[in-house]
Amino acid sequence: MSSVLKPKPTPEPRRSEFSMLGDSIAQVGACALFLLSILAAIPKSLKHVRETIRQIWFVGAMSLVIIMTCGLFVGMVLGLQLYYVLSIFGGTAALGTVVSLSLYRELGPVVTALLFAGRAGTSITAEIGLMRATDQIAAMEMMAVDPMAYVAAPRFLAGVIAMPLLACVFNMLGIFGAHLVGVSWLGLDNGTFWSNMTSSVDVWKDVINGVWKSCAFGAVVALIAVFQGYTTPPTSEGVAYATTRTVVFSSIVVLALDFVMTAFLM
Amino acid sequence: MNQRRSYQIGTGLFILLGFAALAYLATQTTSVANFQQGPSYTVKAEFTNIGQLKLRAPVKIAGVRIGSVKAIDLDQQKLQAKVQISIDNRFNELPDDSAAAIFTSGLLGDQYVAIQPGGSPTMLKDGDEFVLTQSSIQLEDLIGKFLVSGGPSKPGDSQNGDAKPDDDKTDTTKPAATPPAKSDTETKHQGA
Repeated sequence: MSSVLKPKPTPEPRRSEFSMLGDSIAQVGACALFLLSILAAIPKSLKHVRETIRQIWFVGAMSLVIIMTCGLFVGMVLGLQLYYVLSIFGGTAALGTVVSLSLYRELGPVVTALLFAGRAGTSITAEIGLMRATDQIAAMEMMAVDPMAYVAAPRFLAGVIAMPLLACVFNMLGIFGAHLVGVSWLGLDNGTFWSNMTSSVDVWKDVINGVWKSCAFGAVVALIAVFQGYTTPPTSEGVAYATTRTVVFSSIVVLALDFVMTAFLM
Repeated sequence: MNQRRSYQIGTGLFILLGFAALAYLATQTTSVANFQQGPSYTVKAEFTNIGQLKLRAPVKIAGVRIGSVKAIDLDQQKLQAKVQISIDNRFNELPDDSAAAIFTSGLLGDQYVAIQPGGSPTMLKDGDEFVLTQSSIQLEDLIGKFLVSGGPSKPGDSQNGDAKPDDDKTDTTKPAATPPAKSDTETKHQGA
């Protein structure tokens, strides 16, 4: 397994498409093996629980401002757009319902995951990549500190724990933004807004499903970020590429996984 | 040390905020907010067709919510829908000849059970059944009848058998009222 985790050698000259395809399949496999070794390292990482707390602070609490701002604006734009669309059908009373359902089920988890990849995933990759480049990880191994338990697992756990909480905050601010636009600006009735929402939103089918989704997205984004940082070539260029790949891959995987999970959780 | 304390406090606050947001979403913006755990009693009603009526749909009198739909089942003998309605104990003065009807809120909204109070001196008790019920009006049926008859359907058609008593009045007045209005527009059209 440790051979998988070694930094990749500098890129070789151009090869055929087939071997590039093989490379990407090998990447997926390596990522899966990496996930297994993280999971195996989680019990050991409980010794470093303070490191996990520090990572939750770093990826979660420090992301609050961007999550809250974006949630507010997403909610406000949803309020505006859906008010316009619903007014065509004379159904503006359903604004609260539509906004809350679309936030809880889709937009909350997905947009938070994309923001999380951009805000926290990149910094995880860059940090671990630089640790790799400056031989800090090799130094840990020399000091008999397992880098999987001290570096990888706490960041992974922090992603899984912080993402649902961030998504909930995002949803709350989104509802608040939609309420601001719909009720305060466009003159929708306050009671209608809330009562229609409360009558058609279900706790388990809507709110908790969104929480499961965001847990999965947090795991995926954190896994990709840690993996990319861990396997980056130890050069400044390598770290730059790895950071980009973190955002690109995690966005793609989050959106694809979103479809699959929605199909299963329906 | 100081710095470590500050991030631990920050993490704690973040986790608290996240769970507070989750609790707020789960309790204030969902059907849990409508859930009243007050004591209630159950009455039954049979409908020939309940349309899109769902569990926990509201039950209303004069538009005021007094309870919710507790269970929906099929009566195997009569092949009718058997709906159990739980009504809050505060509203225990419903005459036992009240009628239950399934209405739609708005044109395409959710369906709910509306109770039209009767005039009997005895009141509904736990386990009683509504004698008079009116099924949900199927939009498809209405459209089908409208297309077949080629004009405004006779209101008598749209009722599914067990209608509430005062529907008969509208039945007798409406057909008299509609044809002249229709012929009016036709003559105007021909005149133009």
